[in-house]
Amino acid sequence: MVELRPEPQYATLARQTETAQLGMWVFLATEVLFFGALIFGYYIYRISYPDQFLLAGQDTKLLLGSINTALLLTSSVTMVASIEYVKRDDIARAAAALFITALLGFAFLGVKGYEYVEDYRDHTVPLLNFLLKPSQHPPAELFWLFYFIATGIHAVHLSIGIVAVLVMAFHTRHRRYSAAYYSPLEVLGLYWSFVDAVWLFLFAAIYPLGRAG
Amino acid sequence: MTAIAEPVDSYLTAESTIASWLLTKDHKRIALLFFASVTAFFFVGGFAATLIRLNLINPSGTLLGPDLYNRMFTMHGIVMVWFFLIPSIPATLGNFLVPLMIGARDLAFPRLNLASWYVFNISGAMAIYFIVAGGVDTGWTFYTPYSTLFSNSHVMAAALAVFVNGFSTIMTALNFVVTIHRLRAPGMTWFRLPLFIWSIYATSIVMLLATPVLAMTVLLIALEHGLGIGIFDPALGGDPLLFQHMFWFYSHPAVYIMILPAMGVASELISCFARRPVFGYKGMAYAVMAIAIIGFFVWGHHMFVAGISTFAGVMFSFMSFIVAVPSAIKVFNWTATLHRGSISFDAPMLYALSFIGLFTIGGLTGLNLATLPIDVHVTGTYFVIAHFHYIMVGGTVSAFFGGLHYWWPKITGRLYPEMWARAAAILTFLGFNVTFFPQFILGYLGMPRRYYAYPPEFQVWNVLSSAGASILAIAYVMPLVYLGWSLLWGKQAGANPWGATGLEWRTTSPPPEHNFDRTPVVTEAPYRYNPEDGSYVTQDGVANG
Amino acid sequence: MLLPYLISWLVLLVLLGISVLSAYLPLGGFHPLANFGIAVIQAAIVFAIFMRLRDPPAIKWVFAGAGFFWLLFLFGIGVIDYLTRAGFPAG
Repeated sequence: MVELRPEPQYATLARQTETAQLGMWVFLATEVLFFGALIFGYYIYRISYPDQFLLAGQDTKLLLGSINTALLLTSSVTMVASIEYVKRDDIARAAAALFITALLGFAFLGVKGYEYVEDYRDHTVPLLNFLLKPSQHPPAELFWLFYFIATGIHAVHLSIGIVAVLVMAFHTRHRRYSAAYYSPLEVLGLYWSFVDAVWLFLFAAIYPLGRAG
Repeated sequence: MTAIAEPVDSYLTAESTIASWLLTKDHKRIALLFFASVTAFFFVGGFAATLIRLNLINPSGTLLGPDLYNRMFTMHGIVMVWFFLIPSIPATLGNFLVPLMIGARDLAFPRLNLASWYVFNISGAMAIYFIVAGGVDTGWTFYTPYSTLFSNSHVMAAALAVFVNGFSTIMTALNFVVTIHRLRAPGMTWFRLPLFIWSIYATSIVMLLATPVLAMTVLLIALEHGLGIGIFDPALGGDPLLFQHMFWFYSHPAVYIMILPAMGVASELISCFARRPVFGYKGMAYAVMAIAIIGFFVWGHHMFVAGISTFAGVMFSFMSFIVAVPSAIKVFNWTATLHRGSISFDAPMLYALSFIGLFTIGGLTGLNLATLPIDVHVTGTYFVIAHFHYIMVGGTVSAFFGGLHYWWPKITGRLYPEMWARAAAILTFLGFNVTFFPQFILGYLGMPRRYYAYPPEFQVWNVLSSAGASILAIAYVMPLVYLGWSLLWGKQAGANPWGATGLEWRTTSPPPEHNFDRTPVVTEAPYRYNPEDGSYVTQDGVANG
Repeated sequence: MLLPYLISWLVLLVLLGISVLSAYLPLGGFHPLANFGIAVIQAAIVFAIFMRLRDPPAIKWVFAGAGFFWLLFLFGIGVIDYLTRAGFPAG
């Protein structure tokens, strides 16, 4: 059982909980700029080489990317569901929702891995086997560099999230959290949904390119 | 005044095992841990500076030779910027004082605070690794394509050290921002905050919003140097200037990370030793916030001759002039605070006064550099070196030493020997000017930075500069000696040796583990000093003298 | 109680579908705008609903916005150089 007492610098536990959430929001603001800097570079090159980026973007796997987007959006629902259940002291369902969340995260990584293999087969992996297709010029490789760096860093973030969700799933099952205290779950939920939101921007930037006409 | 016995349960004596220090969650102990780390790196960076100045005594530069010289100034830059200047005031004095000044018992996230110190030391170990393994020869700015396509030095290790260092910066800044928002004592409204808190707040905002961009940039540099991915490689259509845009989006605001805390220290010191309220308090608070924000609009003035468009150059030049306005407000207000004050020239005040003078020179020469045509003439010369050393060493380091002396009695419970401290402060000022003023002249005459050898006609100024550096070295070692001495033999300080108004002086010296026995209730604006009779009212409403 | 989340989830999936479909429509130069605009709406829903921005403390709105606001500085000022510079991209 966790001792339900605030740390000495806080007047009440509620204030400590709110402050913990605020801390995560501040951290997420830094993450916006971290990913933002990469996306800035991407769009600078994209406006500089519009045709090459569309040509290169045609080779992305739109279906796999869409499936992954749906998986992540669903995982955000199961994540908040776990918080709602723990608020009602429904510990069994809360733990189950967390395990499903982690499972959806794994599924995302699995699809992503399969997609990387497909990318390799299409000779679009810089350093390993990148080949310019007819009518493509060197800047097309820049697109694929950004693709791998952005999705790679996103996958690292997601993996950290999966580990944390699993840890908390076990904690929840062992009744470390209850309706009286579930602050870490809320904080983690913010992180999880944020990683989800980052993917939405990456998806929009990377996948639906050069399909029309 | 009768000596008050040191409280038995001060934060220093509460526990004494090594584990109690290494696993402490007390912001005051963590401040001292940071102090040990940044002091060590100050001397590492200072060692490199010493070799640079020794090399430049002789025009032929034979002491180090070209390659070692490149590695030496790069090491000096990287260590001084990321391992000393950026954490210097925030992680030490800021860590110690933020909770005390706002009447809190600790920072919002004590474990994160400790983690920040460990992460800092991990990045420090990585820095030591790249230095010992042979160093980096790109300059601290890692400009592509040299850093990525041509350099055979340890670019990747250095870039990753800087990357990890950024986590420490962000952790500390996050803690400060949340603490200042959430843990102010009752009655401590935003406009009753001491200006040091305002400046730490503004600094933390810059740290939070600029450091992630640097993290991404150095990550790309590490990948590009290590794997050759070519994201900034013109052969693929990449743009080396994109690197510079991203790098300076961080590194220009980083200058404000270094100077804003120093401004906060100066405000505290000048008000206390002039016994007058800070002139234009609200203007000072708005000015630090304005500097923090406008500081993000000016980065391109580092790139005037790099090939950015003329239009962008004009815009960045204009914005650089705008940022001088809030800086000037600060200087005028400090000066106005001194006017009709009852000034005493104690060591902290001497440092604060040198801060004002040196910062003014550094800031005004910054306007020279922001002027497009003048920049074309002096960019990449010693004029630039002199300019930013006036800001960072003359400004930040002076304020750091001033603040260290001012709060030393609070941190340790002991008084330092005043005469020695005044001598060190004056020597710092003299040594600094002898070192760096000749560099303005050298730069104006056309001596480029980062050259290990130079034409003989520049030798007089270089010898002068090196002579000044040796004075400066003595002035920097002196405090180490007499402050160390005071730990053992200094007089007991008492709670409030300077008669100052802040909440940090309303608890014992050194403070107890959780700062205050009772949470203070704030009823007064800061700096309620009366120059007529030297009396003052503390922020929790106690009138003295 | 889970209903608002489920509704948002459906809306998000529909928006995803629109985004994918729009890729095949002849929108010319408006493709990036359409995709990016949909991503902004989706992210706003995630922030407001799943990340419970409406709960106290209100100050978190400021921090949630600050990151994006500062990103405008990087994009807005950074892009000026590229829109006005001759010689990049080369040729």
